[in-house]
Amino acid sequence: MPEAIHVDHLTKQYRLGAMRHETMLREVLTSAFRPRREKAEENTTILALNDLNFNVDEGEVVGIIGRNGAGKSTLLKILSKITYPTSGRIHVRGRVASLIEVGTGFHDELTGRENIYLNGSILGMRKREIDQRLDQIIEFAGVEKFVDTPIKRYSSGMRLRLGFAVAAHMEPDVLFVDEVLAVGDADFQKKCLTAMDDMRSGGRTVLFVSHNMAAIENLCPRTIWIDAGTLRQDGPTDEVIAAYLATFSEAQRAGYDLERTEGRGGDGSVRFTRVDFLDGEGNPTAVFRCGEPLRARFHFHTKDRVKDPHFDMVIHSDMGTRIATISSTHSGLYIPTLEAGPGVVELVIDDLFLLPNRYYLSLWISTRQQWYDILDHCIAIDVEESNAHNNQGRGMHPKWGLVYMKSRWELGPPAAVR
Amino acid sequence: MNTIARPVAIEWMYEFVRYRELFFFLVWRDVKIRYKQTLLGASWAIIQPFFMMVVFSVLLNRVANIDTEGYPYPIFSYAGLVPWTYFQYSVPLAGNSLIANARLISKVYFPRAIIPASSALSGVVDFGIASLMLIGLMFYFHIPFSAEFLLWPVFIVPLALFTTAVGMFFAALNVKYRDIKYTIPFFVQAMLFVSPIIYPLSDAGRFSTVLRLNPMYGIINAFRASVLPAQPVDWSELGLSTLITLVLFAIASVYFYRTERSFADLI
Repeated sequence: MPEAIHVDHLTKQYRLGAMRHETMLREVLTSAFRPRREKAEENTTILALNDLNFNVDEGEVVGIIGRNGAGKSTLLKILSKITYPTSGRIHVRGRVASLIEVGTGFHDELTGRENIYLNGSILGMRKREIDQRLDQIIEFAGVEKFVDTPIKRYSSGMRLRLGFAVAAHMEPDVLFVDEVLAVGDADFQKKCLTAMDDMRSGGRTVLFVSHNMAAIENLCPRTIWIDAGTLRQDGPTDEVIAAYLATFSEAQRAGYDLERTEGRGGDGSVRFTRVDFLDGEGNPTAVFRCGEPLRARFHFHTKDRVKDPHFDMVIHSDMGTRIATISSTHSGLYIPTLEAGPGVVELVIDDLFLLPNRYYLSLWISTRQQWYDILDHCIAIDVEESNAHNNQGRGMHPKWGLVYMKSRWELGPPAAVR
Repeated sequence: MNTIARPVAIEWMYEFVRYRELFFFLVWRDVKIRYKQTLLGASWAIIQPFFMMVVFSVLLNRVANIDTEGYPYPIFSYAGLVPWTYFQYSVPLAGNSLIANARLISKVYFPRAIIPASSALSGVVDFGIASLMLIGLMFYFHIPFSAEFLLWPVFIVPLALFTTAVGMFFAALNVKYRDIKYTIPFFVQAMLFVSPIIYPLSDAGRFSTVLRLNPMYGIINAFRASVLPAQPVDWSELGLSTLITLVLFAIASVYFYRTERSFADLI
């Protein structure tokens, strides 16, 4: 098989100073008069990719996994020529299409049809190709009735479907996909996966970045795991995924040490150090049960005194859908200041509404202006069924949806029947 | 560097040609959105230069004694204001276009020059509409149409080239230094006064030579000469302006090419 993608000693360096804020000409002009130490601090660099090497043969479908900030997106951006490597070389053979975002360039004032043409040409399709596939695209997106309506009247789901429909009708030799399935309802996600599966059987070379292990297992026989900008493992998907998941704070534990968690963000003024999960009675628990109370006790360490911090916990499904953001501000907890030193904050969930499945938790500490700590997908939890509502576990299965609603049904008295 | 300079330039242009459809779609988008969003739609294209013409005719012409070579001042100024309005509208649009399309740049590959170039050219439609008004004014003031008037739409070529060069240069600079956007209106305003728009610059004394280095000098005068029957187009003047435009375009292209690789990282 001839090579479709060749990555040779690929390195990408970003200047932190340049990313942190927008450069002003006046700053450059005045910087000549500032002390040298300040300048040195601005020139701190990070290696997003560090000497990466791999090849992909024509027709191969390869998954790319890794934590947030590991360099997956940077890799796709370099391969699709959006940005350029600091050193090393890449070579991609054939017509390339990259799907880093769905619906790029959509304009609110234009109609669905007009946006199909605009978006298609942005993705590199010829007008003739769009003409030919217009009906299929409209049908795939399911927007037949609204195709001549400005998309500002579309729901977010419709936009997404339209965007993916255009992308699914490109016919490139090489396709790069970055986590575009993380949004949208379950049905549409399935439709997208089927469309991608068709692309695979069409002999196309595909590189697929995702946090959705199920989708990767489904689509990609081979997977590359990128960790801190380097290639950590490259091989059969099941082996790589197993090794990757083993590095997570494993599920089914009562407490997690968060001090050495890899790939965290934020400026570090406040850091999570540990989390313990407790049951309704306040005893440590390693079992998470649908419909039962759950308490999470977060330990943190404050380096510099901070004002008005928020604590947030985000729950993602294993398909990557964000299910809930549980924020201390939503519950009305106002913390005027945190003094330097250790501290504890507790989150109490009266009724864990998640259906039995695997979920990923992300933790943040921030203010409106500043990120202190960002731990993305740092903990995986497995929720199990329970008899919390005397339902003997009925209705507690992932096939019923994402959440379990605590509810009652009442049959009206005969007088209320009309 | 010199040995690879030519293939690189050819490759750059080849990429542009390959993405020509995107270029036309972006022009089409800009035009369409502008006319969709405004109540008055296409009439804006006329109102703007026409209103400026009225203001300058009523005020400036009364205060200063402007030599219009015997033609009514409204015709004299409107013939300059139509191409001027195009320039004044397009330079900020193109100069801010990369920032305005930051999402596109950080998510999709295409030759980056398409963005400022399509922004600079979308104003040509307005120029066409405002030109229709010029014909109306010529009837009104009984100005006979000379054969040179056929060149009026041709002179948009050097004007658009100059506008694109300036727009591309500002756009690339704007990605790196975000305060450049504040200097664009200042630059445009200054250009109004150093170009023969609302008054002829022919008697600027010892500054005449310097003023001729501004490409707008020969271009605007050529536009006006094509309207005024007794005034022939000064080809040597226009030739100099076109030459300077080409040089500026080359400089802007080289600067753009050198910086475009970092756009996605900085934007």
